[in-house]
Amino acid sequence: MASNVTTSNQRRPSVVACPDCDLLNRFPEDYRSTLLCARCGAVLYRRRPNSIDRSLALALAALFLFLLSNSFPFLAMKSGGFVQETTLLTGIRELWKQGLQGLSLLVLLTCVVAPLAQMLGLLYILAPLKWGRRPAVGAARVFRLVQEIAPWGMMEVFMMGVLVALVKLGHMATIVPGVSVYSFGALIFVMAAAFSCLDPHLLWDRLDLRR
Amino acid sequence: MKECATARQLGLVNCHDCRLLVETPQHAHGRCPRCGARLHQRKPNSLARTWALVCAAIIFIIPANLLPMTITTTLGAKQADTILSGVVYFMQSGSWEIAMVIFIASVFVPFAKLSILITLLLSVQFRSAWRPKDRTTLYRLTELVGRWSMVDIYVVTILVALVKLGAVAAIEAGPAAVYFAAVVVVTMFAAESFDPRLIWDAIEEDV
Repeated sequence: MASNVTTSNQRRPSVVACPDCDLLNRFPEDYRSTLLCARCGAVLYRRRPNSIDRSLALALAALFLFLLSNSFPFLAMKSGGFVQETTLLTGIRELWKQGLQGLSLLVLLTCVVAPLAQMLGLLYILAPLKWGRRPAVGAARVFRLVQEIAPWGMMEVFMMGVLVALVKLGHMATIVPGVSVYSFGALIFVMAAAFSCLDPHLLWDRLDLRR
Repeated sequence: MKECATARQLGLVNCHDCRLLVETPQHAHGRCPRCGARLHQRKPNSLARTWALVCAAIIFIIPANLLPMTITTTLGAKQADTILSGVVYFMQSGSWEIAMVIFIASVFVPFAKLSILITLLLSVQFRSAWRPKDRTTLYRLTELVGRWSMVDIYVVTILVALVKLGAVAAIEAGPAAVYFAAVVVVTMFAAESFDPRLIWDAIEEDV
């Protein structure tokens, strides 16, 4: 079994197996930044300084932006005397009313539930570690869930959809982008940053069920 | 330890969730002592599952491209648009950027993803030794790029909510939207169930 070596403020194992080709890779002695698999080139480890503080701060920021994005309209459409506004949730409700329940659930899951679960999950895992307490109850299970739902959070794809719709309807009517477009745009970057600051090796070491 | 040993050759299992190296458990349903995830030497039934999901996606992709994606009603006149007729419409009306985004996300990516998965499956089944590193990179690419196919579904969601101008104009989601969403979801599961380590296993076992 791999033994753990402590370096400055972070821990990492001395040997890791590549998830893509199963090759065992040893950390070099003068190891500084990123470790790539010697055989297939997968990224095995990346140095992420101060990861708990940064991820926690960014996850908190993401949560605020998320609430903002869901409270204000995305786009407003003006045509003649009509003004029609839409939020993320009205689009989902409209699909449901049209009888496309499955589709509406899929959009709800990928744009609301999965990102929210990721943010809350991160806060739940990181907050106790930040304040030096024992890991929260079930934190290991929560972190596994956060990792597993990661591919299903598709906010950046939704943002692209908003931009396409914006141009698409530009011919038909006046489209006014709402507050949510900007907060959602920021949210995507903040979420990506929160996850890229995360150091899974360090977290798994702290959440170890054997302790 | 030499550079060329794999975890399996040394009797170790790489935990799928936390990357802990664990000695291969004696019984089939061992759990990782660190994170509690179920341990597998390789993803279970990887080839059969991936083939099944790829076949399902091939079936769904036909109605997704033939049936209308949106139905637009303007002053009583109905117009049904498939994915491709939408792309053609945007090309002709001069918004080639939109045409390109929709074409890449809704036509190119799903077909490319399916062909890559089929190529990978066949290469593993025929125990091919052809450019394993490039095939692994192809696999990572399919995992990364598949989600962008959802763009069209989101565009429809937004249009449906926004364009409700009473008798003047309205947009409804067509039946293709459901099939198209199914293609995206099923191919995402297919990519997830494929185990790229099988590419390398075939080479090691033949040497």
